[in-house]
Amino acid sequence: MKRVLEAVVVGAALATALATGWAISQERGAPAGRVPKPAIVQARGDKCVEPVEFMRRSHMQVLLHQRDRTVHEGIRTKGHSLKGCVECHASAATGSVAAEEGDFCRSCHSYAAVRIDCFECHASRPQAVAGGVKP
Amino acid sequence: MSGRDAARRQFLAWGAGALATLTIAPGVLLLRPVHGRAPEQAVTGKARWGLLIDTNRCAAGCDACVTACNRENGLSGATRETDAQWIRKVELRDPRTGRKASLPVMCQHCEHPPCVDVCPTGASFRRADGIVLVDKHICIGCRYCMMACPYKARSLVHEPLADQQPDVPRGKGTVESCTLCVHRVDRGERPACVEACAAAGRGAIVFGDLNDPASAIARRIAQYPSVQVRADLGLNPGVRYEGI
Ligand code: HEC
Ligand code: HEC
Ligand code: HEC
Repeated sequence: MKRVLEAVVVGAALATALATGWAISQERGAPAGRVPKPAIVQARGDKCVEPVEFMRRSHMQVLLHQRDRTVHEGIRTKGHSLKGCVECHASAATGSVAAEEGDFCRSCHSYAAVRIDCFECHASRPQAVAGGVKP
Repeated sequence: MSGRDAARRQFLAWGAGALATLTIAPGVLLLRPVHGRAPEQAVTGKARWGLLIDTNRCAAGCDACVTACNRENGLSGATRETDAQWIRKVELRDPRTGRKASLPVMCQHCEHPPCVDVCPTGASFRRADGIVLVDKHICIGCRYCMMACPYKARSLVHEPLADQQPDVPRGKGTVESCTLCVHRVDRGERPACVEACAAAGRGAIVFGDLNDPASAIARRIAQYPSVQVRADLGLNPGVRYEGI
């Protein structure tokens, strides 16, 4: 009897979770598929520094490559710089790319269970408004 | 006037402007194009950046360089043993004569840096243009470099930080020191301490390329006596002092 009850409870919990997940994905305007998608905040500017498909998959390589070139060789091109990402991708709500769950660099990462430490050192807000929100 | 003419005139106007800023008086060049490096160009060993500090112009009690450094690099300015300090003002007194001198001491950007020799991960390194840096991405915070440095120039960040300067990432558990304001140097500016010292009316710190015989710093070193602190160690620091 206890077993059956447990199964019912678990089943109900699962159903609720699925329904909630579906509702959230609906809310975010994701296609009404069964797979929830991360909500990614709108960036400034009209296109990214590389094709979006490439950036989704390979932004970490881009960043790490740029990091070594900047720190060791003093190459300071704008395109792949982390400061550049922050300038375009800081959210309107927090002015940051990593202050809150919904911010650009955290949206996907919490969805994919990735944790980065970059913003323990790097400013997550653009220069001009360090401490404020961009209009 | 055709479009081409207009462009040509604009070009000539720029040329005149550039000349005006470069040649203040015959033979006196104010803004030498010493930092002429494009953003996509890697640093080379052609230049070696250094500082010349005239202790006769440096006043006891003045800490304009220290506060400017703190502001530029996002340091708190606190001076407990666990706080990061990139420049320290040191007061000297010769007990025999009573002569006093005051001078800022920061990373001396050695040609043969002991901090680089002892670093187990390769985080501590000397950039091709002579600036000694920590690659904080590789630093594990072991602090061997702090022990090895004869100038006590390095600090470990002991506490989590927030609101860092975008140009100067800093974080807990990594060692850091004066970077000669590498982010400013790379965009053709002078280090913050040098600007502040000049703005305070002292002009005690000269920044420039030690390898360029025509640079203000190289000419002054060639003409007047200056010393390296602990020259006996043979590290050939890029920071030199006059009047001590
Ligand atoms: C000039 C502004 C700009 C800069 C700089 C910039 N981005 Fe973007 N990025 C955008 C825009 C706009 C989009 C959305 C493009 C689209 O949807 O077609 C985007 C999309 C992306 C995406 C895909 C997001 C999604 O919807 O799946 C990633 C990942 C990304 N950027 C990462 C980065 C990283 C990492 C950097 C720094 C190396 C960077 N971006 C720099 C403007 C920028
Ligand atoms: C312990 C502190 C620290 C951490 C953590 C850290 N960085 Fe850095 N990073 C630095 C410092 C210091 C610089 C040198 C800044 C300069 O010279 O302008 C730098 C420079 C960079 C640069 C070149 C400058 C720019 O804005 O483009 C990139 C790219 C970069 N880091 C990427 C990363 C990424 C990606 C991560 C996370 C995986 C990360 N960093 C984590 C300290 C850190
Ligand atoms: C489109 C979703 C998405 C966005 C937006 C995004 N990331 Fe990622 N990121 C990922 C995924 C997924 C991974 C893990 C990839 C893997 O492990 O193969 C990842 C991994 C990384 C890694 C490597 C982590 C590691 O431990 O190896 C870094 C660094 C990184 N992202 C930086 C950033 C930064 C900085 C931003 C914001 C400018 C950002 N990402 C925005 C999806 C995203």
